[in-house]
Amino acid sequence: MSRLELKKSDAVQKSVERMYEVLERRMIAGAIDSCPADFHLGFLKMCHAQTCGKCASCRVGLKQLQNLLTDVLENRATVATLDLIRRTAKDIYDSADCAIGYEAARMIWNGVTECYDDYVRYIENGGYIDATKISVPCVEACPANVDIPGYVALVGQGRYEDAVRLIRKDNPFPTTCAYVCEHPCERKCRRRIIDSPVNIRGLKRAAVDFARDVPVEKCAPPTGKKVAIIGGGPSGLSAAYYLSLMGHKVTIYESKVQLGGMLRYGIPSYRFPREKLQEDIDAILSLGVEVHRNTKVGKDITLQALILRYDAVYIAIGAHMDKKVGIEGEDAVNVVSAVDLLKKLGHNDPLDFSGEHVVILGGGNVAMDCARSSVRLGASKVSVVYRRRQEDMPALAAEVESAIAEGVEMRTLMVPLRIEKDEEGKVKGVWVKPQMIGSCDRKGRPSPKDSSKPEMFIPCDRVVVAIGQNIDYSHFQKSGIQVTRGVIGALDDGMIRDKEGVFAGGDCVTGPATVIRAIEGGKVAAANIDAFLGFNHMISCDVEIPADYVHNRLPCGRVNMVEREACERKCDFEGVELGMSKEEADQEASRCLRCDYYGYGSLKGGRTEQW
Amino acid sequence: MVNAVINGISVSVPRGTTIMEAAAQVGIEIPHLCFLKEINEIGACRVCVVEVEGSDRLVTACNHYVEEGMVVHTNSPRARHSRKTTIQLILSQHDMNCPICLRNGNCSLQKVAGDMGILSVPFPTEYEPYQWDATFPIIRDASKCIKCMRCVNICEKVQGLGVWEVINTGYRTTIHVKDNLPIDQAGCAACGQCVTHCPVGALTVRKDGNAVYEALDDPNITTVVQIAPAVRAAFAESLGLDRDAVTTGQLVAALKKIGFDYVFDTNFTADLTIMEEGSELLERLSHRDKYQWPMFTSCCPGWVRFLRSEYPEMLPQLSSAKSPQQMFGAVAKTYFADKIGVSPDKLCVISIMPCSAKKYECSVSCMSADGSHPDVDMVMITREIMRFIQMAHINVADLPDMPFDNPLGTGTGAAVIFGASGGVMEAALRSAYFLLMGKNIEPEAFKEVRGHTERRELEVEVAGVPVRCAVVSSLSEARKLIRDVKSGRCEYDFVEVMACPGGCAGGGGQPIHDGMELAGVRGDKLYRLDTENKLRYSHENPDVQTLYKEFFGSPMSHKAHELLHTDQRDWD
Repeated sequence: MSRLELKKSDAVQKSVERMYEVLERRMIAGAIDSCPADFHLGFLKMCHAQTCGKCASCRVGLKQLQNLLTDVLENRATVATLDLIRRTAKDIYDSADCAIGYEAARMIWNGVTECYDDYVRYIENGGYIDATKISVPCVEACPANVDIPGYVALVGQGRYEDAVRLIRKDNPFPTTCAYVCEHPCERKCRRRIIDSPVNIRGLKRAAVDFARDVPVEKCAPPTGKKVAIIGGGPSGLSAAYYLSLMGHKVTIYESKVQLGGMLRYGIPSYRFPREKLQEDIDAILSLGVEVHRNTKVGKDITLQALILRYDAVYIAIGAHMDKKVGIEGEDAVNVVSAVDLLKKLGHNDPLDFSGEHVVILGGGNVAMDCARSSVRLGASKVSVVYRRRQEDMPALAAEVESAIAEGVEMRTLMVPLRIEKDEEGKVKGVWVKPQMIGSCDRKGRPSPKDSSKPEMFIPCDRVVVAIGQNIDYSHFQKSGIQVTRGVIGALDDGMIRDKEGVFAGGDCVTGPATVIRAIEGGKVAAANIDAFLGFNHMISCDVEIPADYVHNRLPCGRVNMVEREACERKCDFEGVELGMSKEEADQEASRCLRCDYYGYGSLKGGRTEQW
Repeated sequence: MVNAVINGISVSVPRGTTIMEAAAQVGIEIPHLCFLKEINEIGACRVCVVEVEGSDRLVTACNHYVEEGMVVHTNSPRARHSRKTTIQLILSQHDMNCPICLRNGNCSLQKVAGDMGILSVPFPTEYEPYQWDATFPIIRDASKCIKCMRCVNICEKVQGLGVWEVINTGYRTTIHVKDNLPIDQAGCAACGQCVTHCPVGALTVRKDGNAVYEALDDPNITTVVQIAPAVRAAFAESLGLDRDAVTTGQLVAALKKIGFDYVFDTNFTADLTIMEEGSELLERLSHRDKYQWPMFTSCCPGWVRFLRSEYPEMLPQLSSAKSPQQMFGAVAKTYFADKIGVSPDKLCVISIMPCSAKKYECSVSCMSADGSHPDVDMVMITREIMRFIQMAHINVADLPDMPFDNPLGTGTGAAVIFGASGGVMEAALRSAYFLLMGKNIEPEAFKEVRGHTERRELEVEVAGVPVRCAVVSSLSEARKLIRDVKSGRCEYDFVEVMACPGGCAGGGGQPIHDGMELAGVRGDKLYRLDTENKLRYSHENPDVQTLYKEFFGSPMSHKAHELLHTDQRDWD
């Protein structure tokens, strides 16, 4: 026997490891509303299977916790059982020898504590009656409840126009979302259990790419009711679309020259070509929406005047005010806000960064938009300064990668301290404090902390501050609209407390968020404004959804969309992302597991036909 | 058309035909448990799996369409093995005490397991423990539930009530009353549609046979039994006989043989109901402003329960006439008891009904002529009386016809059609016409109200006044109608509602034939009985005329109000 040998993994070990990988994916795709007690028990069993058995508290304790959880599930428990579970878990956490034991116990203690009320209800009711089981995970995860399996099936059949019509039932921005939706739907996609999520946004892109003209639906007979919408961004326009379909007369008050809000003035055209945005806007306006451009509520007209003149008002002013870092030198010449930079792009009046070294402060999607725009504006070097690690950036990973491909430098783990000016008051550079990553906060996100490294100077000609936006609510606050923690305080149904007939939604209520959440706000407001006006107009779509056909569900790679070559695309503001081909769309659509047709979806109908 | 090959047989079927339907067209039966056409096509039981060439997994035949060129094997070794295992898994959760189960011999699981030759279950068995309110007309035994979800969907989709819900996750998933409510507070109409669509013995109707036996065995008690119209259209099915092979007269003979002292016909009081309800309608029509409209029929207790829990504000719109069952009880315990000189408390009135909700109706406390004893003591559903006959080893088909006893045994053709959706309306219109015009209209003049669940509308001119009538069956259709009325989309004067699809012929107490909806053919039989009857008009029932002459005076008289009418708001 040799003194040392290379380690080899045997077949059993490989098999187990493969299963761990699958398990990891499966857990992400897991049902959101599974019974907590049942899930905790399953988790515990999994953990216990990893136990080596050396130590008493883990070897026996995890089993006893399982017994107690089983008692709950089998209706043999009382509230005292819950306390015993927590106490035991706490004691195991304190005494177990390694992470296999103490982490399992900690998770159970946390879980039972966080879901304590659910546990009590389970015991009282003798079962988990709140199991609103997830039938169609992608639809559940989509804020606007778009019928995803429906339009994916339609794309698979080459019925692109029908797919667009079906999307419009819940979302009047099919093209916009085809390009820039953050696709929360894909995270929970059940296909992940087999291989990876369906490329849902890509299939939406295929639908809008291949669909010929798709006229909008017909409006209901006029109701004679008038609704004012403040702000022509995605939320305001969504509300306008549905309210018009319901037969109400809608007037939009837009402070800027053109409609689109952040879609025009926040998202650069290389990500979302302007003419594509115009397609969605034109479709919405074709319903007969009246628009007052260049009209700022609070300056050109007051909220009170609108309240008097209209039967209902929807406030969707977005979040367009820049946020300051609050460091010395921020007033230097050549410090610009992300809002200004992107607004000028939206106005077709771009800044010129030729030959400049640009530093971007921030790590979100807006920071990436600014970085990539700066490249296109001629900057010789672009650096993103961010205080955590790259993987901690709130920006989508794909955005970060694209920026890097275009030559953007990620200067992570650096906190900006002050901006140094030259004698003319122009930016000379940014002083930063190097950080090191540290312990996690309560949400499990690692926090940065000062390292002992000395302050560093990053010389540059221009600083772009992209650390978020604020809401310009002052006029509304003065007009009696409640403002809470910097956002307009609307209820979940969009209503404003004590302001009958006034609704609000979108970024100005949620804070800067995604386009699909802004659309959700507009949709919710439209439904509730309709009800407020005394109607019950239903929005539906008569497109027949194809039944599923028999096919195999064998693992198959996900079709990802590709971008134009970096060296070419970084020189212009033309769209960078290339859509799928028809054959790719066909194959990708066939990866959809049709959760509307199988599983719980088949019991509960799988879709909301109307809202 | 799409072409496929199933078990070597070529089939050509329209696009949108399921594999199961296509197989049936060429005589191939694919076993199944949960499938209910258009109601429950959810592929939950996994028994109907078949092998489709080219597919790596088996495919459920109930909810997959035939595709061009498909090659299907319904009974390949793979399909057979999987099906067998699935059934064994279902059996491991199913309390297999077949000999003492109400559905013994008429159980889809028993049949499927038998057909598959399953003689053992290789898994540990475990049944869900359960507690249930044994006094409610609908009984659930969780230890037999196979979670096919039919009850969930029939209640939700057909009755629009959603009394049954799916709760829990994983292995513990089961069916439960919505919001964890006690069944009597869950808005259950007690229609029994979940029972007649349950493939096994998990849902049943409360058995009251023991109490009936006690009455029969007590020499001091005089037993009086009434047979509802719809029972005669269906009872033969339970005996495995053709619907027309046995007669109502033979059923009368069987009941006599069992020992009931008097065998009467609910048709008699159906005619009486028409006299009262028809007169009430005319009274309301002549004082239109005093009433909310439309007036609704009130003879279906499932419908009354529905209105009480969902639209209590509309209860005054129900006809105040009691149902034929309750009118019978009231007349039996007064007029008839007096006639035969028996004290009402020594008289036991038993009904044979196609309906589980009738068990509730007879227990309503104000349904009592003397204020202390119920007018109808017990209700047995069609299935129960058939078991009685089987227990007595009576061969109904061999018995001679016997007439109903008198004087509560005469019924007209107008009464017998009460058992079909639209029948009450038709009967009422026949007599209302006579009451106003003084002459009879041709008996089939209003036959366009006949049908199934869809709404039927008819406008009839009575003495120059148009009366807008509508008929629906099933509670989801009733709800739609109410919404239309409330929103002003529709206006009616007189509406017949039956809770069960197709009316009492499809009632929750009728014989169960898994996968078959028989309300239509049973209704046809009732319409045939109508045409065969010499009397076609309720007002021409001679015994009803005598009853008015000797006892009530006239319809809507004080005495009639006291005994034959009720205020549904007072029901408990």
